[in-house]
Amino acid sequence: MNWKRATITAGFLVPVIGLLAFGLTRDPKEIDSPLPGKPAPGFALPVFSPGEGKLALAVGDTVRLAEHKGGVVVLNFWASWCLQCRDEHVELSKTARAFYDRGVRFYGVLYNDQESYGLKWIEEMGGQAYPSLLDPRTRTAIDYGLYGVPETFLVTPDGRVAYKHIGPISERLLSQKLDSLLRAGTP
Amino acid sequence: MRRQVLIVAAMFACVIAPVPATAQRDTGRVARRIETAADSVLEARTTALASELRCPVCQGNSIQDSPSELAQQMRDLIRDQLRAGRTPDEVRAYFVDKYGEWILLTPKATGFNLVVYLAPLAFILIGGAIVWRTVRRWTTAAPGSPADRTSSR
Amino acid sequence: MTRLLGSGSLVVALGVAIYAALALLAGARRKRTDLLRSGELALYAVWGLVTTATLSMVYALVSHDFSVKYVAMVGSRATPLFYTVISLWGALEGSILFWIFVLTSLSALVTYQNRDRQGTLVPYAGGVLMMISIFFLIMLVGPANPFGLVSPTPADGPGPNPLLQNHILMGVHPPLLYLGYVGMSVPFAFGIGAVLSGEIENDGWIRLTRKWSLVAWMFLSAAIIAGMWWSYEVLGWGGYWAWDPVENASFIPWLTATAFLHSVMVQERRGLLKLWNLNLIVATFALTILGTFLTRSGVLSSVHAFSEGPIGRYFLGFITIVLISSFALVAGNSERLRPTGNLDAAVSRESVFLLNNLFLTAFTITVLVGTLFPLVAEAIRGVKVSVGEPFFNRMTLPICTALLFLMGVGPALPWRAASGDVVKRQLLPPTVVAVIALVVSLVIGVRSPYALAAFSFGAFALAANAREFIDGAAARRRAHGESPPVALARLVGGNRRRYGGYIAHLGVLTVTLGIGASSTFRAEREATLKKGETMAIGPFTVRLDDVYRRDEPQRMVLAAGVTILKGGREVGRMEPRMNFYPTQDQPVPTPSVRTRPAGDLYINLQAFAQDGSNATLRVIQEPLVPWIWAGGMIVVLGALVSLGAGLKERLPARAAVRAPAAPRPATAALEEAAR
Repeated sequence: MNWKRATITAGFLVPVIGLLAFGLTRDPKEIDSPLPGKPAPGFALPVFSPGEGKLALAVGDTVRLAEHKGGVVVLNFWASWCLQCRDEHVELSKTARAFYDRGVRFYGVLYNDQESYGLKWIEEMGGQAYPSLLDPRTRTAIDYGLYGVPETFLVTPDGRVAYKHIGPISERLLSQKLDSLLRAGTP
Repeated sequence: MRRQVLIVAAMFACVIAPVPATAQRDTGRVARRIETAADSVLEARTTALASELRCPVCQGNSIQDSPSELAQQMRDLIRDQLRAGRTPDEVRAYFVDKYGEWILLTPKATGFNLVVYLAPLAFILIGGAIVWRTVRRWTTAAPGSPADRTSSR
Repeated sequence: MTRLLGSGSLVVALGVAIYAALALLAGARRKRTDLLRSGELALYAVWGLVTTATLSMVYALVSHDFSVKYVAMVGSRATPLFYTVISLWGALEGSILFWIFVLTSLSALVTYQNRDRQGTLVPYAGGVLMMISIFFLIMLVGPANPFGLVSPTPADGPGPNPLLQNHILMGVHPPLLYLGYVGMSVPFAFGIGAVLSGEIENDGWIRLTRKWSLVAWMFLSAAIIAGMWWSYEVLGWGGYWAWDPVENASFIPWLTATAFLHSVMVQERRGLLKLWNLNLIVATFALTILGTFLTRSGVLSSVHAFSEGPIGRYFLGFITIVLISSFALVAGNSERLRPTGNLDAAVSRESVFLLNNLFLTAFTITVLVGTLFPLVAEAIRGVKVSVGEPFFNRMTLPICTALLFLMGVGPALPWRAASGDVVKRQLLPPTVVAVIALVVSLVIGVRSPYALAAFSFGAFALAANAREFIDGAAARRRAHGESPPVALARLVGGNRRRYGGYIAHLGVLTVTLGIGASSTFRAEREATLKKGETMAIGPFTVRLDDVYRRDEPQRMVLAAGVTILKGGREVGRMEPRMNFYPTQDQPVPTPSVRTRPAGDLYINLQAFAQDGSNATLRVIQEPLVPWIWAGGMIVVLGALVSLGAGLKERLPARAAVRAPAAPRPATAALEEAAR
């Protein structure tokens, strides 16, 4: 048994093992979005669900991102067929109401769904505080590099994407992010 | 013996050498004909481009192959952008801008990514050299005697 | 109680396997017959216990015993019986149980078959097989325990993953894959055993190893084709291969095994490539474990991936031990594997086999590096990249072309040496055929260089391999006056290894033709039709008749009734469906496939209106796709014919009457003279 050759061979294999070990620490489904830090893609989308109270807008009104310079915008993509969207629904509405007076505007964007289903879902879920918009042909979702729903984007007052959250977002995390955005202008 | 080798090698080279050269123009995928009422040239370009982009909601399918709704919307977007005069490179850059390098099914052939392109080529060249050397050694060694010490496999 | 029986058997099996491994290895090392005997019996006992556990699981599944963890995960009262039984391998824990079942069964079979063989090769091999089994048993007793208790017992379960209930091929592909994959453990065990026992110095062990490699290779080939067929019929995109990491994981060991099956002939005839072959055997097994690791650890995202969890770490440990110990052992013993012969000439079949190995290994490297590259890129650059179908197609097609060429040259060149005249004479007819094929392809409209290369080189190889049968049968007819079928049968029977190999080549060429034609001449159309409307594709007209709903116990099915017309006449009805399962967000589409020898008509239901007034259909015309499946069967036939040679060797009474089954160096001279 030639131990020298055996050891050299073993040595060559160590990087392979190292690579596989590294692989165990990664999640291939987590893909970093290139969007945070870049200017938020503009959009002009129609309102289909008005929202409630002082947050409400008229159905059919167009919401333009460009008109929100100077204020923070929260964009949440959702769908009626999305199970996880149910988890965050109540907390989103609550946070929307809490931050309205500080200049933060929440908008839902319907993704790959029909308007009637969306409205029915909102009704079933007990209402939605903020307006929801239609995204015909999914152009805005693709513009934001959407992988699925729910996904939430935070836009700074100077129009850049500060943060992208994949999956249901909690009130605590959202409030935290919004607080730091409003204080400093960037997270 | 040398002539025999040259004959076979030349035959082989004549037929295989053009293949990689012409492959540069190929998109890496044989284009399929999609018969639609619309401009078939535009369709072909859309198909070719969609075959190079990865569907974000599927497991590894291209936008062209994926039956999901998002993939269909993305194909529409590609078609619209091409129709508006953008080049394939510009459309690719748009998607990379939104989704990251991950969306390209063929890694950009720059920098470290070159490893995945060059490794097979390097292997064939080095392996070919080893085969050549080994065949020489085996044909010149006396029958029955152990060949020279070798560290190659 | 099923649960106690099952988990108890596994725990006991683990203990017995540890004993068996120790007894066999120590007994072989110290040449102690008593230890060897008890180790052998322990090995059979492990098989018995594992079989008991497996049968318990099947019983638990069929009897819907939801107190058993695995049954609670994949079982459901609504699932049809067939799918309930095959859900045994549908999820992680069950699949590992199935793995150990196949492994211990093969171990027992190999040990029993060779129980009277002299020497310590088989005991060492048995010891190695037991050590592999120990790993899987540890997982079954620990993190991947399918027999855990679920309390309180649920009334029903979610059923298997809907994708796994859609097609009967789900009952075919995994068993074949396991027989192939796990089967590669046997040649590996023989290889390691040969090193440990010293038999590596002479070549007796290589025949045993080659036969078992061929058996495993046969199953793996069938499994890959079956997997392609399954994904074609189930996934709805009309394709059969996407270079998904798990597809690659099954394909890469197949490549190294194919290389081995060729280069082993050079070792048998010329005493060369011994170290290389041993490395191929070890690499093939290591690649199967790597493939399993990639599938089950969640390291790479893929269609196939099982659940993640602590399994990954266990597998990593196992892979580390396998890689380091086996390759180091081989490297440390490399001096005992010196070549003992030489080549007569550079231009010979032996050289072609060397080139064959070169390209097959290059193929392996290409696919392996490509599959692992996303991981490497993330480690080095911190960025996620994708390596997908366009990359693999572009990089592997030139290699495939080279292999097609070699597949034609190999049978044409004789062993040992080929003079220039022989080369020209042998290669001229296939070259002519190739040129004709090229011209024909151009005439019918093929423009892609890959397709042209595939068709012309494929024709070249086809001609070269077919000639062997034609010329051989013709020679027999001249010599013995036999009728063509008899001549053919006796020809093949007289040298099964060789003609089995040529049959396998013909099978691969059939698969290549199917793939080439279905890629080049595929036509696709998508349209939204109202009831009664039609769309045309090729010679067919597709008419949407109705959209209806059907409730089945385990799912709700929404189907489009479609009639196919050709030349105005109705020729068939098809039913593309969408299946809605209670556990899934999105429906699972089931395409409808109309298969004829000339090709398939493939219809997928993309979308439908709620009121059933219209449906969006994607219709694909796929020429010659059935030839891919048929080609796979021809490959299996070739392997069986080749294995038939081995059968004859065990029946000494017949050996004297017929020509030797396995070509030996002495007969090579006779063959050369015949040319």
